[in-house]
Amino acid sequence: MTAFEVRKMATENLIYGINGPVVTIKGKTDLSMLEMVYVGEARLAGEVIGIENDKTTIQVYEETDGLCPGEKVYSTGSQMCVTLGPGIISNIFDGIERPLPALEKMSGCFISKGISTSVLDEEKQWEVHLTVKEGDVLSGGQVYAETQETPVIMHKIMLSPLLSGRIVSVKKDGLYRVNDVIAVLEDENGKKHELTLCQKWPIRIPRPVKNRLPASRPLVTGQRVIDTLFPVAKGGAAAIPGGFGTGKTMTQHQLAKWCDADIIIYVGCGERGNEMTQALSEFTELVDPKNGRPLTDRTVLIANTSNMPVAAREASIYTGITLAEYYRDMGYHTAIMADSTSRWAEALREISGRLEEMPADEGFPAYLPSRLSEFYERAGYMEVLSGGEGSVTIIGAVSPQGSDFSEPVTQNTKRFTRCFWALDKALAYARHYPAINWNDSYSEYVPELEEWYHDNVGDDFIKYREELCSILYEESSLMEIVKLIGADVLPDDQKLTIEIARVIRVGFLQQNAFHKDDTFVSLEKQLKMMHAILHLYHKCRQIVALQVPMSKLISTGLFDKLVKMKYDVPNDKVSMLDDYITEIDSTLASYLNK
Amino acid sequence: MIIEHKGLSEVNGSLVILDGVKKPMNEELVEIELEDKTKRTGRIVAIEGNKAAVQVFEGTRGISMVNTTTVLTGKPMEMKLSPEILGRIFDGLGRPIDGLGEIFPQKCMNINGKPINPVSRVYPKNYIRTGISSIDCLTTLIRGQKLPIFSGSGMSHNELAVQIVRQASIADNDDFAIVFAAMGVKNDVAQYFRSSFEKANVMDRVVMFLNLSNDPIIERIITPRCALTAAEYLAYELGKHILVILTDMTSYCEALREFSSSKGEIPGRKGYPGYLYSDLATLYERAGIIKDSPGSVTQIPILTMPNDDITHPIPDLTGYITEGQIVLDRGLDTRGVYPPVNVLPSLSRLMKDGIGAGYTREDHQALANQLFASYAKVQDAKALASVIGEDELSQNDKLIMNFGKEFERVFINQGENENRTIEQTLDLGWKLLSMLPDSELDRVDEAILKKYLKRETDKKE
Repeated sequence: MTAFEVRKMATENLIYGINGPVVTIKGKTDLSMLEMVYVGEARLAGEVIGIENDKTTIQVYEETDGLCPGEKVYSTGSQMCVTLGPGIISNIFDGIERPLPALEKMSGCFISKGISTSVLDEEKQWEVHLTVKEGDVLSGGQVYAETQETPVIMHKIMLSPLLSGRIVSVKKDGLYRVNDVIAVLEDENGKKHELTLCQKWPIRIPRPVKNRLPASRPLVTGQRVIDTLFPVAKGGAAAIPGGFGTGKTMTQHQLAKWCDADIIIYVGCGERGNEMTQALSEFTELVDPKNGRPLTDRTVLIANTSNMPVAAREASIYTGITLAEYYRDMGYHTAIMADSTSRWAEALREISGRLEEMPADEGFPAYLPSRLSEFYERAGYMEVLSGGEGSVTIIGAVSPQGSDFSEPVTQNTKRFTRCFWALDKALAYARHYPAINWNDSYSEYVPELEEWYHDNVGDDFIKYREELCSILYEESSLMEIVKLIGADVLPDDQKLTIEIARVIRVGFLQQNAFHKDDTFVSLEKQLKMMHAILHLYHKCRQIVALQVPMSKLISTGLFDKLVKMKYDVPNDKVSMLDDYITEIDSTLASYLNK
Repeated sequence: MIIEHKGLSEVNGSLVILDGVKKPMNEELVEIELEDKTKRTGRIVAIEGNKAAVQVFEGTRGISMVNTTTVLTGKPMEMKLSPEILGRIFDGLGRPIDGLGEIFPQKCMNINGKPINPVSRVYPKNYIRTGISSIDCLTTLIRGQKLPIFSGSGMSHNELAVQIVRQASIADNDDFAIVFAAMGVKNDVAQYFRSSFEKANVMDRVVMFLNLSNDPIIERIITPRCALTAAEYLAYELGKHILVILTDMTSYCEALREFSSSKGEIPGRKGYPGYLYSDLATLYERAGIIKDSPGSVTQIPILTMPNDDITHPIPDLTGYITEGQIVLDRGLDTRGVYPPVNVLPSLSRLMKDGIGAGYTREDHQALANQLFASYAKVQDAKALASVIGEDELSQNDKLIMNFGKEFERVFINQGENENRTIEQTLDLGWKLLSMLPDSELDRVDEAILKKYLKRETDKKE
């Protein structure tokens, strides 16, 4: 039904060579570049990745053991596409959009080769409401029907962006399956197109939009170090690099659970199987605080674990971003978590090696930066074709080899993302989570988001943020001295800086994902917490200036009290934080009056 | 119909090239007969037209171009399996070498296995008590987990692995069995494991795969796959709980590098093939629990870090795949601490869901967090002391230093036969924390602190 399917002359395409996931065909073929094919009698899914005069190269998305030369390669005539329609949300797919629960039904607990199944449940009936009538003129990407996909997501069924024309017939509202024709469209050439509930789109091509808008709203995550120090905008791109055990996956899970996007696409790209199982069970159990529904009602999981075929791992990132763009086109704010983009880059390297391409840095292919930029540039805050606005935010984890941030994937990712959350081994060893190092991380979005924070959180938010940053910076330079001569010899005002920085680090930046009140913190509470900490700091500065020793101030217990305020103040009683200010004032009053 | 091929067109390292083969199959098993009628096995690793590259497991020594006969068996490499494999010893290719005769297979399984569907996995939650404080309290081992030991040459990783096997309450449990795969280990090491299993009276529940350091390296690439196929059979078909010990993964990776370079592949980091991550993942990801079976596969791979360097590609890539790691430390080892577990870089990713009330004890997570945080401070204090001298430290730093010393002396250090209960371990942790002032205990809830922390002064009251 899509415009991508072009019928053409057929040649007989027979397998000639096999090397790991790479299969070659000898001689001229009718296959086109990036065309999806089925390889061999087992009909393994594959994609054409290279065409030369006498050789066509195919990467196969499944294990190639048992394949023989001379077997046929079947062309499909279309590029590697995903099917888009109701039934995607709450589902879990592999890297080439095969639904894993359906595969389980067909082949049991282990994934067999060459099994294919329809992406969406073809038998399920959807309650469809048609929003167009006969004679309506539609342009590409406009909505012609809608159905309630999950209790929180209204699925808008849109015309393919490449079609336009006049509706010539339309069915009544009612129950339809995904492949039922619900309307017919006549394009300007008089050709009729049957419209169903679903459409296809090639994964490597970004879906078109009307306009790109500036990113001016933050993605609120409820994680203090992110929201306060290094915020990411809706439609922005952020990278989380970190060695193993520094908490990349944990941070990604926290963001997937709590960030205020409408739809989450979680791509487990070459990572652990048990982690995906965990994500699956946690998202089913957890309830979205905004609407009281399980998180699965807004989540799509793509699981291509490290032992699943490497070529499908390469595709999984594109599959994920295409799904995200599809929901963006309905006017939703989507966020895609890619864990981890390094595995994707390694898949590129592996395939590049099999193709015997000339390697660049560390064996990665020379086109690594351009592939990375193509991916990250698909993020954005857009005016969409169906009218309205939507956004795709990309949060990509990076697993640097040997925890060395100078390796090619981290360095190139840094070039294309504007937000960088550097995870730190030393913090992780001390079990300071999230282990985001405040000295190495940055966010370029702060100036653009300033206005939003002023209007929606409070005038002081950005001011406080800057003050926190400067205290932390001061602490890091003081620590250089402390490492050499110990903290005892510092003057009292510098001791105060170190003490208050400890409160900021332990009481504010460190956040306990397993504590019911600490796992998600509203911006209002973040602001009040900052206010309390800085209030104490300013008061103490005045007192220290009056030659009162720090040891006396510490013995008031106020510092330790603020460290524990994140646990002591429940999320529904944020006003309790005002009492802290009163308490600080009354406890310190005696010192000030002297 | 079986076709015999006479002659080879090329011999290169461990690879031979066959020309004019009709219908070679990728990954097909090949039998090779030499001039002197000895037989070897190999498998097809790459095909181009009617040429096939065959990897010879036993090496190509003595193979001639002309007088060699090869037979394509038409099937992939399979492992013969039956419940009788328990108590048996196999070579690296899964052939019995204990002189007790062939296995009568109830089932043959492809040694490459198939990936477990992520939705069919059961999230592992049952902890395995090892009786070792540093592991039980701080890097808890969970059934279905893959938890490697990062060690270095000369450290006591073998003793630690044996102690885990011995104390993981396997002697009194029928459903428990061990699959032991030795890859390129010394004869003595293999013998040590064997005699230790015998001493622990579990030999009839052990399946051993031995590829010693003087055995062919190509065989070594197959060894863990045979072992894991056996483990999967025992776990998922027979419903047993299997503990797989893979030692030494470094030798395995070296073998893979050697083979890759003989194939003329483009090398990645430090000469290791670019697909090292994917290759290791196909081994490690075979641990787990599935919905259809009560059994489980738990893996403890052991690897020796070259030059004790944790950023070397082998430990680095392993750490990215496995669910945590137990890191041994040269410094502790020299000081005579056994097991020399360096707790700071050690981690168990699955522990958070397998501990606490209902599993171990409610205070477990809080205690572990606090011990980690406090021990991390010990390192800072030590660094400072090495500059300004221990005497010049502040009172607080001195307390921390003392805590660190005691922690290493009584908590990490324990006897090779000392089997601590989880209560003993946790109480010991609290006793150590009582050396520190309240302001240092910022990771623990007030209520938990009150209930479990017992100070000397409390007793007097």
